[in-house]
Amino acid sequence: MTAALGKDLVGLEHLSPEQIRLILDTAEPFKEVSERPIKKVPALRGKTIVNLFFEASTRTRISFEFAEKRLSADTVNAAASGSSVAKGETLVDTARNLEAMRIDMVVIRHGSSGAAQFLGERIRSNVINAGDGKHEHPTQGLLDLLTIRDKRGKIEGLNVCLVGDVLHSRVARSNIWGLLKLGARVGVCGPHSLMPRGIEDLGVTVFRRIEEAIEWADVLNVLRLQLERMETGFIPSLREYFRVFGVTLERLERAPRELTIMHPGPMNRGVEIDSRVADGPHSVILDQVTNGVAVRMAVLYLLAGGKPELADAAKRGGGE
Amino acid sequence: MAARSAPDRTTILDARALARALQRMAVEVLELAQGTEDLVLIGIQRRGVELAERIAKLIEKDEGVTVPRGALDITLYRDDLETVGPKPVIGETRLPGDLTGKHAVIVDDVLYTGRTVRAALDELADFGRPKRISLCVLIDRGGRELPIQADIVGKAVKTGLGDRIDVLVEELDGTDQVNLIRGEQA
Repeated sequence: MTAALGKDLVGLEHLSPEQIRLILDTAEPFKEVSERPIKKVPALRGKTIVNLFFEASTRTRISFEFAEKRLSADTVNAAASGSSVAKGETLVDTARNLEAMRIDMVVIRHGSSGAAQFLGERIRSNVINAGDGKHEHPTQGLLDLLTIRDKRGKIEGLNVCLVGDVLHSRVARSNIWGLLKLGARVGVCGPHSLMPRGIEDLGVTVFRRIEEAIEWADVLNVLRLQLERMETGFIPSLREYFRVFGVTLERLERAPRELTIMHPGPMNRGVEIDSRVADGPHSVILDQVTNGVAVRMAVLYLLAGGKPELADAAKRGGGE
Repeated sequence: MAARSAPDRTTILDARALARALQRMAVEVLELAQGTEDLVLIGIQRRGVELAERIAKLIEKDEGVTVPRGALDITLYRDDLETVGPKPVIGETRLPGDLTGKHAVIVDDVLYTGRTVRAALDELADFGRPKRISLCVLIDRGGRELPIQADIVGKAVKTGLGDRIDVLVEELDGTDQVNLIRGEQA
């Protein structure tokens, strides 16, 4: 089995299609755990996990925390403000101190691209990237893949278009890697100022007009427009953005075929997406949230423990 | 694995013997449960699920009622998850509603150390409080590591540490057969 994951989950760029499928397939049975009367299984009993969030996050942190608790892990949340980080401690020192308290896993969200990998290379605990700068947000990419597979029955051969601020989006990057590896065609659509230069080289199609993207796509993944982008001059105004790139009901009505609408949240209603679309029949935005817990449970389960030397001992011991 | 003698393989149940064993087990389940009221058959993934399905159908043929059945995957309740790697694939768990007040009969293919059944008992407790839980296995091969025993056994065989029991079922393996493969150090 070459599909086993390594110590850390830093991004989807370096995972194989088999590893991605393993995570998605493992997430399936975990969906059922969250439907049980007692939403808890003992798989990670005795494991200690630190959620180390250097950037504000509600949804992702809560989702990870539910995933951890439903696997019976013990969890501690550390936020950057009010912690030793605010007092100038380096990332490595923070992590080493945590490790000195005998933790098993770290879930990290950090403003700098590469922070998760940096940490993973320096501590023994498993590290899971919960978003690092503009680099990747792998569990978001995975839950998007799972939601597409659920809704459309497959990923291969679908046309999936990411709409909006691709330049600053780690969600976009994780989606692009994951979708391409699983055989989807990927498009991007947004203002020129928010498109990374050379993005075509990744093998994605660039659409300048939202109408063209809608005509082409089976799935639209509408990215959050970070409002501070306006202040920094990337877009002229929110109203103009909505007029040119907003995913509206009128535009969707002209879609030639079934179109699935996704959004990683939190949404700016009336900026990148129309409320009637977000709450409409083609929206799977809340399914994405539900799947997020299952995907994170799968990642935690697959990464935790399973040390190679123990695996050999188990093989000798046999059993069923 | 070259020059060693080929493993010694004996068929301990062929298709007809397996069918007879299941028929007898179905009758014993009915006797144990004193009918089908409150009876729920729960198969342990994977082959226990098929066996539970077969026993349920046999009971239904005799009694003319539907017997609720479920599937249970005990992977997340194993006591050796830390030591197995890569992580085992998790199968589907699907139970027919709340088990409180039911007589749950766990069905599995092979009873060996008892650790799978221990995990199944823990897992079932998270789905309600059955009034009774019984254990029904096709093969009891001995070698218990926990104080667990079956209420209904299709066939008991003595086995050693290195031996293996292969249960094949039509639905998954294309044939009905139980083989005992003797290990080298036996």
